[in-house]
Amino acid sequence: MLELDKLTIHKAHELLSKKEITSEELTKALLKRIEEMDGKIKAYVTLNSEEALERSSEIDKKGDFTEDLSGIPVAVKDNICTKDLRTTCASKMLENFVPPYDATVIKKLKEKNALILGKTNLDEFDMGSSTESSYFFTSKNPWNLERVPGGSSSAAAVAADLAIYSLDSDTGGAVRQSAAYCGVVGLKPTYGRVSRFGLAGNAGSMDTIGPITKDVKDCAIVLNAISGMDLFDPSSSDTIVPDYLESLKTNLQNVKIGIPKEFLGDAVNKDIKNAILNAAKTFEDMGFICEETSLPNVEYALWVHYVIASAEASSEMCQYDGVRFGHRAQHYENLKDLYKKSRGEGFGLEVKKRTILGTYLLDLEGNDKYLVKAYKLRTLIKQDFEKAFEKYDFLITPTTPTVAFKIGEAKDSLNVNDMCTVPVNLAGLPAISIPCGFAEGLPIGLQIIGKAFDEAGILQVAYAFERNTDYHKKLIAWKEA
Amino acid sequence: MNYETIVGLEVHVELSTKTKIFCGCSTEFSKEPNSHCCPICLGMPGTIPLMNKSVVEYATKAGLALNCQIAEFSRFDRKKYFYPDLPKGYQISQYYIPLARNGYVEIDSNGKKKRIGIRIMHMEEDAGKLVHEEGSSYSLVDLDRAGVPLIEIVSEPDMRSGEEAWQYLNNLKTILQYIEVSDCKIEEGSMRCDINISLRPEGSNEFGTKVEVKNLGSFRAVKRAIEYEEKRQREILESGGSIVQETRRWDEDRGITIFMRGKVDNRYSPEPNLAPVIMRKDWKDEISARIPELPGAKKERFIKEYGLPEYDASIITASKVLSNFYEECVKHYHDPKVVSNWLMVELLSILNETGQGIEDLKFTPKQFCDMLAMIDKGTISGKIAKDVFREMFATGKSPEAIVEEKGLVQISDEAELESIAKRVMEANPKSVEDYKNGKKKALGFLVGQVMKETKGKANPQMINAIFSRLLDQ
Ligand SMILES: [Zn+2]
Repeated sequence: MLELDKLTIHKAHELLSKKEITSEELTKALLKRIEEMDGKIKAYVTLNSEEALERSSEIDKKGDFTEDLSGIPVAVKDNICTKDLRTTCASKMLENFVPPYDATVIKKLKEKNALILGKTNLDEFDMGSSTESSYFFTSKNPWNLERVPGGSSSAAAVAADLAIYSLDSDTGGAVRQSAAYCGVVGLKPTYGRVSRFGLAGNAGSMDTIGPITKDVKDCAIVLNAISGMDLFDPSSSDTIVPDYLESLKTNLQNVKIGIPKEFLGDAVNKDIKNAILNAAKTFEDMGFICEETSLPNVEYALWVHYVIASAEASSEMCQYDGVRFGHRAQHYENLKDLYKKSRGEGFGLEVKKRTILGTYLLDLEGNDKYLVKAYKLRTLIKQDFEKAFEKYDFLITPTTPTVAFKIGEAKDSLNVNDMCTVPVNLAGLPAISIPCGFAEGLPIGLQIIGKAFDEAGILQVAYAFERNTDYHKKLIAWKEA
Repeated sequence: MNYETIVGLEVHVELSTKTKIFCGCSTEFSKEPNSHCCPICLGMPGTIPLMNKSVVEYATKAGLALNCQIAEFSRFDRKKYFYPDLPKGYQISQYYIPLARNGYVEIDSNGKKKRIGIRIMHMEEDAGKLVHEEGSSYSLVDLDRAGVPLIEIVSEPDMRSGEEAWQYLNNLKTILQYIEVSDCKIEEGSMRCDINISLRPEGSNEFGTKVEVKNLGSFRAVKRAIEYEEKRQREILESGGSIVQETRRWDEDRGITIFMRGKVDNRYSPEPNLAPVIMRKDWKDEISARIPELPGAKKERFIKEYGLPEYDASIITASKVLSNFYEECVKHYHDPKVVSNWLMVELLSILNETGQGIEDLKFTPKQFCDMLAMIDKGTISGKIAKDVFREMFATGKSPEAIVEEKGLVQISDEAELESIAKRVMEANPKSVEDYKNGKKKALGFLVGQVMKETKGKANPQMINAIFSRLLDQ
């Protein structure tokens, strides 16, 4: 029997185009699966069932499935604003916030007749890598319910067939790390490739929106739909957007891959290290050149990222004051008390920690002592990448140094699990995470980092890897078990 | 001990762009509160400010007109404080690297030219406003003004009196109006001014502790507040006290300043969402080319070209529209001084009475000059001309039509005037007697009687001559 919830975008699109299935059937199958499974996984903060069903039958009626995403439901991380659909950032502060506008990426998806299935969980205001700081609940990793799903539950939703694909955000690695932990594909585009208007982010200089999908082809399809310059995001770039799906047909030749040794050190789990070296072998078998290289300054990346992200976040959190929208304390003495209580009640511990730290960092003393240095190091890290890319077309690293950790295990805000992903955000580069093995019965992610705006390149390499390996199939086998 | 007063001004001016600084909302005054708002100017999650290019152009134009150096690279920062009229919890402003620096405005200080330095001129967004309804326990927030573009002009502490501050503000306002970047109406809030004032012993080079004064509703209030503070601070210093750095509020009704709050330090951080403003030379030149002749230069030219006294030239050039009107008139009339007299006396007083602006005048410079020519030709008297002028002002009709309609043509017929004069003399034998006894003033009375009888239409020179002839016989 055809299980609709297990479909990829391209397969669903094919079936919809041939009228072998309807969008309504597909939506219903997913909603049924959510009903059965989401009690355990807790990927969704808000479901958009009624509206999704309505839209799907409308789309069926029109019967126009020329667009790749037409009639296919998508899960959206709950920090991406959706018009008339609650957007909480997993915070009490925005528990009842319904945006009167769509993020640009949502507008683009809607224009392509995609339908929003629901909003998925995250750490409060995306501060964390496990969803444990979410105001609502901690989401679970579908491979092992005692493990975290990463900072975005949408990867868990895609992995567990609670969504065909998702739109997610990545400030320090959420897209890639969650994809790696859950055994799916996640792409963080170059900073500026995809508009971030409507992304209630926390670090404007690093926030990006990217897709999480079941395979590389799907990833290319979604990237096609959301990329490009946007007048509402001045940081978006007018660099030409190639047809990513079409570019998968290109046969790669003379590819040179660098393997930065800093990402295979002692902090990295042995099985993961082996998986990456195996991946390198796979590439070599395909005729690519793989060499060890070095990014000497990335050892500071975690620290630099934490400093910059906290500084930017403290400033970003100012807009949540309980006056115009969001949580407002019920009882307060005066204006100052209104601010104090609304913010005190509305924000959780991690947000408060970073706001306080960030406020210090932006103050004169903190600025001199830490922030200025962090910006200098950020430049050095960027230069490390630039240098490496003079010699190599791509860099490969593990996406995470370990597999998904146990819920409650990470105590430190400065999370070592982000060590391989944050340097890429600091440098604003594109990177993809794809499955490349297993350890402790949990998936391992391979991170492929490309030059700025070479999403086509990393998709091609990822696609080649996917076709030459069977991890992808193992994932499916797991689901069927 | 004698003290020297040190004054610096911080002036906020609303730029008259059509849309707000970071979104597409209208800057016009709204009828309904919160009707010119959008997710961006409301500071909603995930929204990003978008730089309005015309704001950069307006601000650059202002910077250039104020003789500033324009930064090739300037940047925006967030000034953080919580207040309900401020969406986002911070105001986007330029703190670390402002658009313009090191300019000046010239004023007249005891007949000598003096330059008041401008330290910084930068762009920022306005806040909204709070409306407090009488008797209610809450305030309402109207965010229609939030995001309206402002420039802040920070002067050097170069002024030494309320008079100098008053002049600086007037000249600043005139310049900004000339270049059409703002209407600069302090009464309507499109121009706002805060005072920084301190005293120091005469001859000293160090600055004393300064006090900030806010809530100034007019240029006159600025002058009065400075004079009040001068006195207050002097009294404190003379009695051995010291000045506390604080912010005070001007109370217009009581004519005093009142403690408002102590010193506050604002927190700033860079605005990561806005790209730096890059002002390339060609763009700057293009903007510079659009700056018209400024009031200072125009005044000098009027003195030289039209032989106007300095006083006339400064009044006529204080308004761009008036000075343009004047130059049009001078094209149609031979005597520039007569034109300036008429404009300064008759036009400005009627504008004052009616509260109308020159831009709304119903008659043209040509029609105005036609009227002056009618005086020269003797068609109407100067006195009648004033009535004709008022009629032109009210209706916009041509002077010929008004004179025709109202029968205002001057009586210049020798015989007719003589018979009227004789009639008046007969009716006023006492005055004739007085005149003959040497009271020359009596002539004025007799002329007045003729004017009364002719409703002012008698040719005054002729009637004077006729009386002299008849009485001196
Ligand atoms: Zn707006």
